[in-house]
Amino acid sequence: MSHTVLVTGVARHIGARVASVLAADPEVDRVIGVDTVPPPSLGRDGGAPLSRIEFVRVDLRSPDIAQVITAADVDTVVHVSLVSSPAGSRVYMKEHNVIGTMQLLGACQRSGLVRRVVVRSTAAVYGSSPHDPAVFTEDAEPHEVPSHGYAKDAVEVEGYVRGFARRRPDVTVTTLRFANFMGPGVDSPLTRYFTQPVLPTVFGYDPRLQFVHEDDGVEVLRRVATEDHPGTYNVAGEGVLYLSQCVRRAGRLSLPIPSQAFRLLGDIARGTGVADFSPEQLRLLCHGRVVDIASLTAELGWQPKFTTQAAFDDFLRTRGLAGGVPDTLADWLSPSSWRAD
Amino acid sequence: MTDPSHDATVIPITAARSRSARAVPDPAVSDERLSEVLAFLRRRVTGDYDVDEFGFDAELTDKVLLEIIRPLYRHWFRVDVNGLGNVPAEGGALVVANHSGTLPLDALMLQVALHDEAHRAIRLLGADLVYRLPVLSQLSRKTGHTLACPEDADRLLRKGELVGVFPEGFKGVGKPFSERYKLQRFGRGGFVASAIEAGVPIVPCAIVGAEEIYPKLGDLRFLARTFGLPYLPITPLFPWLGPLGLLPLPSKWVIGFGEPIRTDEYDPAAADDPVTVFNLTDHIREIIQQQLNELRLRRGHAFPPFF
Repeated sequence: MSHTVLVTGVARHIGARVASVLAADPEVDRVIGVDTVPPPSLGRDGGAPLSRIEFVRVDLRSPDIAQVITAADVDTVVHVSLVSSPAGSRVYMKEHNVIGTMQLLGACQRSGLVRRVVVRSTAAVYGSSPHDPAVFTEDAEPHEVPSHGYAKDAVEVEGYVRGFARRRPDVTVTTLRFANFMGPGVDSPLTRYFTQPVLPTVFGYDPRLQFVHEDDGVEVLRRVATEDHPGTYNVAGEGVLYLSQCVRRAGRLSLPIPSQAFRLLGDIARGTGVADFSPEQLRLLCHGRVVDIASLTAELGWQPKFTTQAAFDDFLRTRGLAGGVPDTLADWLSPSSWRAD
Repeated sequence: MTDPSHDATVIPITAARSRSARAVPDPAVSDERLSEVLAFLRRRVTGDYDVDEFGFDAELTDKVLLEIIRPLYRHWFRVDVNGLGNVPAEGGALVVANHSGTLPLDALMLQVALHDEAHRAIRLLGADLVYRLPVLSQLSRKTGHTLACPEDADRLLRKGELVGVFPEGFKGVGKPFSERYKLQRFGRGGFVASAIEAGVPIVPCAIVGAEEIYPKLGDLRFLARTFGLPYLPITPLFPWLGPLGLLPLPSKWVIGFGEPIRTDEYDPAAADDPVTVFNLTDHIREIIQQQLNELRLRRGHAFPPFF
């Protein structure tokens, strides 16, 4: 069966990659990418890798999206356009995430052709607290539902998606809760954090972190966009890394700051626009977050290629970040350097 | 093992300088030891080591943290362990122990005992206070422990880990000295439900000696509440001697493991039957109380060199 797939958020990295991988799929007839700005490669040179993608400039917050879906006979919607950091203002981010999703789902509900809806969510919906189990499964009921920012948007988005799934039981709805993306092309608050020369950490806390490599993330999105896998699934690489391990692997220095001071500095940094340290990120830096991917691997019959460690190492390698202080120390600690004298 | 005179011929000048009549270090062995230590440090510095999904850092625990508390175990509390045959050599099991001592040193000693004598890593289930506090929360995770919640207990048991619980919780560890060796209520029996569901044996464990390390004579309730702590004890040494009051009294300890109680005969659905769970909880509590009474009698005085 041939498909017409609509991909939202194609101007950003993951959306563009998903759109181009779907365009290369022989099962897929047409790929329509929507976003508020054209994808960078389209804008630059007409877009060699994105050539098969028809770009439509639509603001998801407007009802125009319904016209696109009807006009193009879209049967699969891949909604990856969740914004994780307020590039402009928080108000815009929230409207884009929540109102945009509502408009999109409303259009899908109206359409008689849409058969499959895939929504990118985030593991941040589980929050991060000392009262929660060490590993979240999809049915976990977090102790504290996130009340800020991106995570709160994602919780609300998931609520609307559940409502849509209830009203349209004939549509296959898949919600994917991604761990933090890592990889050569990923630009997120966390990847920006790891590229700083000195990494502020919260004194006395060493959170467990988990990453998903962008290649695996794109592959999961491709699979659920082309096969029926209804339900909600966690997506992450196997294994965990402590923040301290990440810092050492990245060859950075960490600067432990007491949590009160950290919060204060975070507020100042956010207020002045120097950096974006949200209360959510502070909680993540204290308590960490790990998800169980057993139900994803069972459903897809597929394992992520990159473990959390491999994903992080790939990120470091491609950004030229590995080495630094620990390497010098490690050389000094190798037995040969001791035997020489 | 080798002829000392032969050894003497191969000892280089550097070692001969610090000549002592006792065993002369073999350069090959010490070289190997050095490169082992260096390899360890190199792994730590570059972050090239594995932790499990709960954050258990086995290498750090074995090579550093247990080494630090082992002198306390061997020389200060002189811990005797019996009934080790009752601890399964492999597979999931739930160790249920009494909790006492104002500060939970009994958890640390239980961990050393099971590591050194039974070669098993115990995964304890701790109060959420532990995971709220800086430093303590990460030490607890790195040494293999996690929050006491059914999800984590089930997950660890299903992975075949040896899980440990102190069902008395704060009621046990913070009870006054006058109530020593009297088991408190055993929580809500959640641990029994987890064991039934996983079908793993429950190993009753009695720890004698922890009651005397910080005899709690009073409680600074107002201050405790101010700091958000469950209690702030007055002991013979604390707060009178300040930080020195944190020195535990050197009581003699005995840790005993009782015969495992099988739960695989129950239907896993019995985990949802409150009556079954409560009855089994009470049964285990009685067994541990009995064990405690026996071991305490057998140990005799708490401070043998002095009395």
